Amino acid sequence: MGIKSLKPQTRSTIITYAIVVIAFLAVTVLDGAGLISNSLSGQLVPICAYVSLAVSLNLVVGVSGELSLGHAGFMSVGAFTGVVAAGCLARFGVENELLLFVGAAVVGAIAAGVIGFLVGIPVMRLRGDYLAIVTLAFGEIIKNLLNIFYVGVDDAGLHFSMTDSASLGMNQGVILINGPKGAVGIDKISTFALGILLVLITVAVVLNLMHSRDGRAIMAVRDNRIAAESVGINTTKYRLMAFTVASALAGAAGVLYAMNYSTIVPSQFDFNQSILILVYVVLGGMGNISGSIISAAFLTVLPEVLRPINNYRMLIYAVVLILVMVVPHTKIYQRAADAVRRRFGKGEADDAADEVLATEGGEAHE
Amino acid sequence: MGVEVLTNLINGMSLGSVYAIIALGYTMVYGIAKMLNFAHGDVIMVGAYICFCAVSYLGLPAIAGVALSIVGCTVLGIIVERLAYKPLRNAPSLNVLITAIGVSYFLQNAALLIMGSDPKSFSSIISLPALNLFDGALTISATAVLTIFACVVIMVALTMFTGKTKMGKAMRACSEDRDAAQLMGINVNSTISMVFAIGSGLAAIAGVLMCLAYPTLMPTTGSMPGIKAFTAAVLGGIGSIPGAALGGILLGIIEIFARAYISTQIADAVVFAVLIVILLIRPAGLLGKPVNEKV
Repeated sequence: MGIKSLKPQTRSTIITYAIVVIAFLAVTVLDGAGLISNSLSGQLVPICAYVSLAVSLNLVVGVSGELSLGHAGFMSVGAFTGVVAAGCLARFGVENELLLFVGAAVVGAIAAGVIGFLVGIPVMRLRGDYLAIVTLAFGEIIKNLLNIFYVGVDDAGLHFSMTDSASLGMNQGVILINGPKGAVGIDKISTFALGILLVLITVAVVLNLMHSRDGRAIMAVRDNRIAAESVGINTTKYRLMAFTVASALAGAAGVLYAMNYSTIVPSQFDFNQSILILVYVVLGGMGNISGSIISAAFLTVLPEVLRPINNYRMLIYAVVLILVMVVPHTKIYQRAADAVRRRFGKGEADDAADEVLATEGGEAHE
Repeated sequence: MGVEVLTNLINGMSLGSVYAIIALGYTMVYGIAKMLNFAHGDVIMVGAYICFCAVSYLGLPAIAGVALSIVGCTVLGIIVERLAYKPLRNAPSLNVLITAIGVSYFLQNAALLIMGSDPKSFSSIISLPALNLFDGALTISATAVLTIFACVVIMVALTMFTGKTKMGKAMRACSEDRDAAQLMGINVNSTISMVFAIGSGLAAIAGVLMCLAYPTLMPTTGSMPGIKAFTAAVLGGIGSIPGAALGGILLGIIEIFARAYISTQIADAVVFAVLIVILLIRPAGLLGKPVNEKV
């Protein structure tokens, strides 16, 4: 039984997992052979974090069809609560790094999920660009509030303050979050293997949700809200479900990201960070999970590869971004694509399918 | 106390006027091209840099610098529209959004390469005496007066332009229904170019005015005011010209008061919280028309 005899859905699922596993094996082998440069191996954990973030944002933007501009906000909620959780666990005698990481990731995911749910209740009353601007607003609010947040831990337990670190009132404790200076003295316990594990979990959650009854309801709401409503689908519930799950996954990815550095600051998780993740999703293709994985990995590596031409690299990045979006819509490209199709005799059916996909994508976001 | 409130109010209106002028560009482009032009904030930065260079390197008088920066940004707006946005006229709106982000990155990094990352001080260029009222109890900076005055003039001019002229009528027709406008013989492409030109010219004015009040000029100077102005446009009801002005001025006043009476660190959070509350009460913004969906 070949891979072609499988259902298309099963086939794409297998391919998606295979991409991640093969990438992991390839990198491990290359790393073992010493073929991976220092700057690139430093990027391995962030790549995994961005892949998870892109896949989870795809659940909101691609599958549920809502433009969210505040994904970095949920990432930061996860990152900071994860740091606090790891700090507490370490303080109370947990030394196993795997246990620390899992504890931090679970706490981070739950916190981001809860915040996502709370934010989602008002956000899901709105539509389209208004929804987009409110998610942007929430992302900025989360960033601003984290800037005045102080958390410390001592033997008596956790201490919070919203004025300064002195008013925490600790007795020989450790400051975990220090306002605008961010979380300091983080144990760097993220590894590439843990990152791949998180990517696999994220992909599994998103794909299983997409292929379930709930997932089909979410996509029905995206494709035609009124039709979905008229067959009895609770649109708010399903949009909120996608938003909450994506927030929780972003939180876990935030923990992975934070645990790779010794310091993180709230201003890292700003609007530009959210936009960066959105770029991965759009470039990879809406609702296409393997596309998100590849584009997130590629676009995280691209600035590193361009490092030798340091001054021009972000300029080139910008030009690549514009060209990738604009070129497929130019007349020259379309004529060339037509010629290639005629030359290699690709059927009309493929064309028709492409067009249907294109219009679907367009309608979902108007 | 009264004087302090009045000073804050005037500062808020001045900052709000800058937001309003930027928001006008956002809202006009959105109304006609149905796209969120995230590169708009960076056009502000380009405008401010052009004015800065014209005055401090070429030794031109300030008014010539402003004129040059308006011309430069107008041309830039038209070029960007032709190269980056026009091919995407019928593409999904998210693709256009990402292209706009690409243009924004491009402008920021080009500015970084040309001008360097060190902040330029804008205040050395144009200095105006401050106004003293009530025997010096109330000081109003000339910049604030100039900014508010510019905003009012621009508002009146734009309202006249869209209401009375043929081009303005074409713009309104295009934003109402692009296909129908085309059938009536309106050149949609040149109308859209015109809107980008006006929006970018306004952004240049906003850039100069903003740098008069907050005189540090960096490649990223435009991004936060851009986001705030976008917020202002949505607050007033995106696509509506009076809405953009109202939203901008409200946002500026709220921001200054939040900074003065609550906390400088969470002033932005307060601004965005107000936006969320208003959108929950009026989901189409203050002056926006709610659109009913048809089956």
